[in-house]
Amino acid sequence: LGHGSGGQLMAELLGEVITPGLLPPGPMEDAAVLPDPGGDLALSTDAFVVTPRFFPGGDIGMLAVHGTVNDLAMRGAVPIALAVSYVLEEGLPMAELRRINDSVAKAAADCGVAVVTGDTKVVNRGACDGIYITTTGVGRIAPAAAVSAANAAVGDAVLVSGPIGSHGTAILSVREGLGFEAAITSDTRPLHELVAAMLAAGGAGVHVLRDPTRGGLASALIEVAQASQVGIEITEAAVPVPTPVTAACELLGLDVWHVANEGCLIALVAPEAADAVLAAMRTCPEAEHASLIGRVTAGPSGRVTARTPLGTARVVDMLIGEQLPRIC
Amino acid sequence: MTPARLRGVRAVRVTVSGLVQGVGFRPFVYRLANEHRLNGHVANTGGQVAITARGPAAALAEFIARLSTEAPVQSHVENVAVADLEPTPGPGAGFRIVNSARSGDPRRYPPPDLATCAACARELFDPDDRRYRYPFINCTACGPRISIIDDLPYDRARTTMRTFHMCDRCRGEYLDPGDRRFHAEPIACADCGPRLTWWGDGIGHGEAALSQAIAVLETGGLIAMKGVGGYQLVTDAGDDTAVRRLRHVKNRPGKPLAVMVGTLDRARRLADLDTDEAKLLTAPAAPIVVCHSPHLETLSSLVAPRLSHVGVFLPYSPLHHLLLAALDRPLVVTSGNLGGEPIIIGDEAARDRLGPMVDGVLGHDRPIRERHDDSVVRVVDGETLTLRRARGYAPSPSRLPIPTDRTILAAGAQSKSALAVTGDDRVILGPYLGDLDSAEAMDGYATGVDRLCGMHAVQPNLIAHDLHDGYASTRFARDSGLDRVGVQHHHAHVVATAAERGVDEPFIGVAYDGLGMGDDGTLWGGEIMLADYRDFRRLGRFGYAPLPGGAAAIRNPARMALGYRYGAEDLGGGTFRAPELEKRLGPAQTDTIRRMIERGVNCPKASSAGRLFDAVAALLGITDTSSYEGEAAVLLEAACEGVADAFPLPWRLARRDGIAVYDPIPTLRAITETDEATSLTAARFHTTIVEVTVALVRDAARHGYPKTVCLGGGVFQNRRLVRGVREALGQEGFTVHISRDIPVNDGGIAYGQAVIAAARSTRR
Ligand SMILES: [Fe+3]
Ligand SMILES: [Mg+2]
Ligand SMILES: [Zn+2]
Ligand SMILES: [Zn+2]
Repeated sequence: LGHGSGGQLMAELLGEVITPGLLPPGPMEDAAVLPDPGGDLALSTDAFVVTPRFFPGGDIGMLAVHGTVNDLAMRGAVPIALAVSYVLEEGLPMAELRRINDSVAKAAADCGVAVVTGDTKVVNRGACDGIYITTTGVGRIAPAAAVSAANAAVGDAVLVSGPIGSHGTAILSVREGLGFEAAITSDTRPLHELVAAMLAAGGAGVHVLRDPTRGGLASALIEVAQASQVGIEITEAAVPVPTPVTAACELLGLDVWHVANEGCLIALVAPEAADAVLAAMRTCPEAEHASLIGRVTAGPSGRVTARTPLGTARVVDMLIGEQLPRIC
Repeated sequence: MTPARLRGVRAVRVTVSGLVQGVGFRPFVYRLANEHRLNGHVANTGGQVAITARGPAAALAEFIARLSTEAPVQSHVENVAVADLEPTPGPGAGFRIVNSARSGDPRRYPPPDLATCAACARELFDPDDRRYRYPFINCTACGPRISIIDDLPYDRARTTMRTFHMCDRCRGEYLDPGDRRFHAEPIACADCGPRLTWWGDGIGHGEAALSQAIAVLETGGLIAMKGVGGYQLVTDAGDDTAVRRLRHVKNRPGKPLAVMVGTLDRARRLADLDTDEAKLLTAPAAPIVVCHSPHLETLSSLVAPRLSHVGVFLPYSPLHHLLLAALDRPLVVTSGNLGGEPIIIGDEAARDRLGPMVDGVLGHDRPIRERHDDSVVRVVDGETLTLRRARGYAPSPSRLPIPTDRTILAAGAQSKSALAVTGDDRVILGPYLGDLDSAEAMDGYATGVDRLCGMHAVQPNLIAHDLHDGYASTRFARDSGLDRVGVQHHHAHVVATAAERGVDEPFIGVAYDGLGMGDDGTLWGGEIMLADYRDFRRLGRFGYAPLPGGAAAIRNPARMALGYRYGAEDLGGGTFRAPELEKRLGPAQTDTIRRMIERGVNCPKASSAGRLFDAVAALLGITDTSSYEGEAAVLLEAACEGVADAFPLPWRLARRDGIAVYDPIPTLRAITETDEATSLTAARFHTTIVEVTVALVRDAARHGYPKTVCLGGGVFQNRRLVRGVREALGQEGFTVHISRDIPVNDGGIAYGQAVIAAARSTRR
């Protein structure tokens, strides 16, 4: 790939590789026009940088679509349009670009959302790492939804849609050649249909939705506890973790609660709606193993604790940089 | 203007400061004043005893002199200040003890809890005594103090005894100057005082409660019992099944358990006691004394697995006396907590949380106000090293070499946390609060801050903390809103020793530790530093090695060994192989760990002495895992048993960035290649570290640096190492210090932090 200077080469790149299958046919316009949605909109944007670009269970293209679709979903929104922009490193194999671009298109189609506009830049070798993808999404907020990280209330049930820890462990394993990749695949997947089902079942009883991506379950819970000024108590043993992930994290010395996820969410739901929401979740293929993992408590505000099998309560910390051992 | 008839009569106001409350000081003053026929009164003020006395000048002078020379044994008189008053004419009104006055006196000495005295123990077992078998017997020389005090001055009204109304007989004793319970604040008897309750198969009170607990223990059961500073778990120390169950309940697979025996004679049957150890066992603080014990066969092998040392202590409350007397066998008596949480002090918490795990809870209705674990000490060459400083010792003041006009709170470390505050020209190190990993511990920590500041009537305006951002104590400091001083972990360790031992010129610090944050963002733990109370300079260190998996490497010394094998800092010493260890771990684990090291995946590096001990323990096949802090090093020291002297293994020093660096690879290579007995190799490793230490210190001192060396850090809980280093450095002409009252482990960090912050807050 060597299309940095624009002009004819860039036109070819766009016309032959990127546009077909990704963008709707028609003239190139400077902006896409969206129909009047007739309600509140959600807007989210995210830049995706991941090494390796292909990993067990997915690739950067798929991840870029799911990430933004899920961010919209966490506000109770159904995606209606995506914008995709690429920053490409000179020298990126054309075949990889095709593969990734196809993956973006397929993931968007699978999510039922159109990519309506995009942008592509090629930068000099070394100025980026292969490919960076930024996706921006617009979604329509479901009528019943009133979700916000600040909405948690004392007594809320804390639900998780599925096992945690797979994505980050899979990525780390392939990137560093640690040998877990046969057993662990990324959980990347869209969650907007799951969210729709949850909102249909729980309505305004669904107080908070959060996808525990970077920083993992721990950071997501702490952010919610801080934003809502409540405490959260989680029963450690109730949090589903695949056995190979547990083993890998033990060996790597990682706290699985700090590991990134791309295909699960946590929901804080009013106690009276919790059963219905949990039941609705379990009917969705992406949340078969949805579980009740804890409760919202009065506090101390911002504190998340994990009740261990021993009955003790561990204070859960946010991951800040590298976790250096605290034992003397 | 003194009227003629008052000639020769003087009046004075005497203020006695020091540890003078809760130790029978006012009754002592009362008796002394009466002996000299003085008029006046005595009262506890903030933290002092204030006396107004009037009488013949000669009698007064003698009275004042005797205040310090004949003070009660448990007291510690720091100062006797005398001010003349205008003698008021009139007939003598006699001498009285009057109500305490509260004042903002900065010198406050909350009294520590005192073990049951001999006189009370005698009455306890005297069928004719009215307190026969009463589990809360005490007097002015013994009983609970800090653990039941709400605030100073020390008076019953400000203790958890406030709700018990004295019966006439107790009141009589309390008011009788001739009685040894004269003003014994927690005075009580079966008619008016606290009472035992048993929650087990049914509920029982008083003697019935006690006999149910005894019956359970007799048959190998496990109980939770309300001690002085918290609940305890108690079971038969000779019964494998019982001890195994206790270990399971506490999730404490390997850490040695303390054993309580009824008498000093019994203790002698368990352990070789020297005179210092015997003295410590019977002291009012009644700590757990870690003793050499070749007779461990009388105990379950699960009490102190693979060790030839055991922590022994004697009954220190009437309840302990009653249990031990009835059972007449060693009991495991250990803090009542779950999985590393702080010791439980609340009755409800004990019944809710310990209750389901045990056969019964033996509690009572005298609330515990402040949490105090049992203190732990060890004697090394005639010096008492405090390993855990709590019941019986804390809080008590320590030296503050450079006073400050700031009021400093020192936040301590993460493990074995303890807090310190400065007040006046002293530092008060609070009791051991445990590891700050649990919510309970954090709550206890916050309460501990309020308690320590409140008890000493100080409002800190500066907080000293560790450089490790992940410590809960550091986060607490950040959230406190106070001005902050960050103190390097090992600087705090060696300054703690220097300040306590009175080293007031620059010194060479040797900090051998597990891990502490360095000032360069890497983890340290094998450090030689030139230090004073303000600053330090790193003059030598151990070589770096990665910790594969961070904290996971600490739990798995075998991984630490692979860290040295595949990732040690290249100091020119070559490499070594560890085929046996790798065989034990298996190729899959070995390869993954090796790959982690090569790729730097979660492999922070550390220049730690403690981690080197871990690696050696693994390479020698002593242990691949560690279930408690320092286990591998403890087992490595224990493995030397029976080997007196041993030649060193190979070692070398390299120079990096102008400082001497110990390259451990030749040592490790020798360890993996030798076919000598494990005990000999373990002993030779200790000798090696001694030699290396001497070489590093000598190198640091070569520019004419001081000849005073202060040791600090948890690795110096190792008796063999302390002995070796002291002796070898002594032969080189160095004066070597180690802290005694201040724990050499992280329990002493807060003290070092307070001293350093005070020095830095003061202009030179
Ligand atoms: Fe330390
Ligand atoms: Mg986003
Ligand atoms: Zn007594
Ligand atoms: Zn009474």
